[in-house]
Amino acid sequence: MSTILSINGKSYTVEVQENMPLLWAIRDIVGLTGTKFGCGVAQCGACSILIDGQLTKSCSMPVSYGIGKEIFTIEGSSENLEVLREAWNDGNVPQCGYCQSGQLIAATALLDKIESPTDKDIDDAMSSNICRCGTYSRIRKAIHKAVELKNQKA
Amino acid sequence: MSNIHQVNRRDFMKLFGLASTGIILGCTAQTAKKKFSPEINKDFFAPNLFIHLEKNGNITLIASRSEMGQGIRTSLASAIADELEADWKYVAVKQATGDAKYGNQNTDGSRSVRTRLEPMRKMGAAAKMMLITAAANKWNVNESDCKAENHYVINTISNEKIFFGDLVEDASALPVPNEDAIQLKKVEDFKYIGKTLKSVDLNHFTHGTATYGIDVRIPNMKFAAIARCPVTFGTVKSFDSTNAEKVSGVEKVIKIERKKPGIGQQFYGCLGGVAVIANNTWSAFQGKLDLDINWDFGDNKSFDSEEFKKTLTQRVQKNGKLVPGSRGNVSTAFNNANKVIEATYHVPFLVHAPMEVPNATAWYQDNKIEVWAPVQDPQTARAELAQFFEIPLENITINVTFLGGGFGRKSKSDFVVEAVTISKEIKAPVQLVWTREDDIKHSFYHATSVQYLKGGIDEKGNVSGWLQRVAFPSIVSSFKPLSDYASGFELGQGFTNNPYDLENFRLESVKAEAHLRIGWLRSVVHIHSGFGNNSFVDELAFAANIDPVQFHLNLIGKDRVIKGKSDYPYDTKRMKDVLNNTSKIADWNKKRPENHGMGIAIHYSFYSYVATAVEVSMNDGKVKIENVWTTIDCGLVLNKDNVINQLEGAAIFGLSIALFGKVSAKEGAVEQNNFFDYQMTRMKHAPKIHVDILDKMNEKPTGVGEPGVPVMAPAICNAIFNATGKRYRSLPLIDEGLI
Ligand code: FES
Ligand code: FES
Repeated sequence: MSTILSINGKSYTVEVQENMPLLWAIRDIVGLTGTKFGCGVAQCGACSILIDGQLTKSCSMPVSYGIGKEIFTIEGSSENLEVLREAWNDGNVPQCGYCQSGQLIAATALLDKIESPTDKDIDDAMSSNICRCGTYSRIRKAIHKAVELKNQKA
Repeated sequence: MSNIHQVNRRDFMKLFGLASTGIILGCTAQTAKKKFSPEINKDFFAPNLFIHLEKNGNITLIASRSEMGQGIRTSLASAIADELEADWKYVAVKQATGDAKYGNQNTDGSRSVRTRLEPMRKMGAAAKMMLITAAANKWNVNESDCKAENHYVINTISNEKIFFGDLVEDASALPVPNEDAIQLKKVEDFKYIGKTLKSVDLNHFTHGTATYGIDVRIPNMKFAAIARCPVTFGTVKSFDSTNAEKVSGVEKVIKIERKKPGIGQQFYGCLGGVAVIANNTWSAFQGKLDLDINWDFGDNKSFDSEEFKKTLTQRVQKNGKLVPGSRGNVSTAFNNANKVIEATYHVPFLVHAPMEVPNATAWYQDNKIEVWAPVQDPQTARAELAQFFEIPLENITINVTFLGGGFGRKSKSDFVVEAVTISKEIKAPVQLVWTREDDIKHSFYHATSVQYLKGGIDEKGNVSGWLQRVAFPSIVSSFKPLSDYASGFELGQGFTNNPYDLENFRLESVKAEAHLRIGWLRSVVHIHSGFGNNSFVDELAFAANIDPVQFHLNLIGKDRVIKGKSDYPYDTKRMKDVLNNTSKIADWNKKRPENHGMGIAIHYSFYSYVATAVEVSMNDGKVKIENVWTTIDCGLVLNKDNVINQLEGAAIFGLSIALFGKVSAKEGAVEQNNFFDYQMTRMKHAPKIHVDILDKMNEKPTGVGEPGVPVMAPAICNAIFNATGKRYRSLPLIDEGLI
């Protein structure tokens, strides 16, 4: 069926089955490949996106769920995502980089909710994202750094 | 030795399809000859490293390596930039395709930096000399009156300066300096080498714009998934695809035959199965679930990994085959010993599970093959395709994409062979994607191992005898069936060459058959030797009532260099230096809370020296890893931050092995499915990691990607013993209820 998805403020008319997970609609039909496949069963966070601001594992939500809502992916831009990018760069966080789209989206959702997260907040918010390369301590530092950068700018 | 040439524009165009102006230097870096490696065309001038200088000042390093997250692109670019006196902001890196023209592109074995560094530096230095000569000619002064600095050549008499880009045209008309005339910088003058440089690919990673294999899009391409037999090497008897074909988006279902390499060939072939071709990935995955397949499970159908563990455990209690390198007489040593200790250790099968699953995009047409894939070893993939599809090598192109992790999995190109097979059948470009379940159930597994150790301690607390029997299925079994004993190269990873000074040492190899495909995984056999050696030394230290750090130092013995055949002799002093340093940064003797424990482990692998201390805390019978302190001596460091990043990653990877890693099989089939039952370290488990790199800038560079892994599991188990008095000899710890 033909439907309209709104992604990063842009409308895409797509021909897609309603029960297809959003991940595959975004990657294979819309063609935005920054959102990654890691497990397909809501276990790794590689496919993280925001739907109306809510952190969502796109591999486990059907297209029908995203219709009429605002979808935000790593190709998008927001104040928190930008400052996180800066901090990620500053701390040279990525290794292979594959999980980092999902990590950045999850971290964006965290900063959207908690202005200055504690280590415990970071443990809770970021433990559903796997990084097989093991960049966890850098991600933790970068989230703290992003808060610092934001405060400097304010 | 490398030899540096100017590459003419036509050849460059042919190689890269890029039109160019400016200077292009190419050189051939020889790499250690790998057994079984595909033949490289000797008639062709075959540079495998290039630098390209353009009029706008841009400098591009064309890397003949696959990017696998180890930051090699950045490290090697820094070597060129340093010798060239370039400004880092003008430096970029391009990826070469998997063409034999580029020499050995295999990226495993932590070899890249070791073999590429010098040629990289020489190329940079040669380019600098050409730029200086061009400037000197302009000013009509001696070359010795000029110097290069930060992308300019400076006239030291008049203080005039000329931008590199403005010299490119003149310089390109000059001959390339003779290699003997090239002078490399001194260590103390390095500007980039050994310093902290950020990845050249950072912006791609943070914007989701790096193209991994799975992100490749070719016009009109199809998507495919394959159902493979749950039992290794089982085959399809018959199948019914009616339901699969009803899935919306599914276009075709075909049978794929197993491709079997010749005996002794280091090729991977493919497993065969039933392929579902669709117009999107998800439909292919769905269709696969709806297939009804009747399998012939074949010879491995009764394999049970728990039974196998029991069998190996029994076997190692008895004599095995004596391994060369054994010395002295352990029986006498045990008879005369004050104390004799015995222990048996076990490591399960493990799987790499890189975040990006195996995948490949292939297009077979008109006697030509083009592939886009995240491969660690494009040349083997290419040679393998040439053989299986009977296509001349020069008609096969492999485009290496970014790799979303490799860890050894992506050096086995079975997924590439599968993709090409499908493309040939359906006569269209196709992207084959493995599901995570496929990845966990059909890998080339890190072998399980069981080892038995017996040690004697004399009245002074010294180790007087060391007997070790090891059993693990050999990697060679993947290329030569019935290879039932560990090979020499495998035993050479920490068993025949353990870091200790042992007068009476006996190593025995014990039979272990393969019933799964066996492959290498980050740090390979060192995972077994590191675990066995370090756990056992800790047990001996406890029996001798000597502090484990001191006990290790005693056991390493006096300063000496063990030559052997390699260019990288083992130096006991360097081993002791890393151990002493770790002991210092960890504040080893500090008093810690009652429920905390400290553990130490050392290991020598890929010519690097590592010592790691771990602090754990125990709460209600559960373990938490609090701190990890690691010291590495990896000789000359190219990019400090990259080494730190690699060691942090290795600590997490090793932690996953210690806490969670286990692949088991019942009735021949792997039992684990996905990340819920093949778990790995997450943020909430991650300890604080402190990395220290010893300053050995005058030594040759050695491996950094792998040596941090083997120390982790033993250091953790030793720390738990220190905290609780309980010894864990079988991994993973989650099976012991510790997580
Ligand atoms: S792919 Fe969605 S959570 Fe792993
Ligand atoms: S950076 Fe490789 S998986 Fe996270």
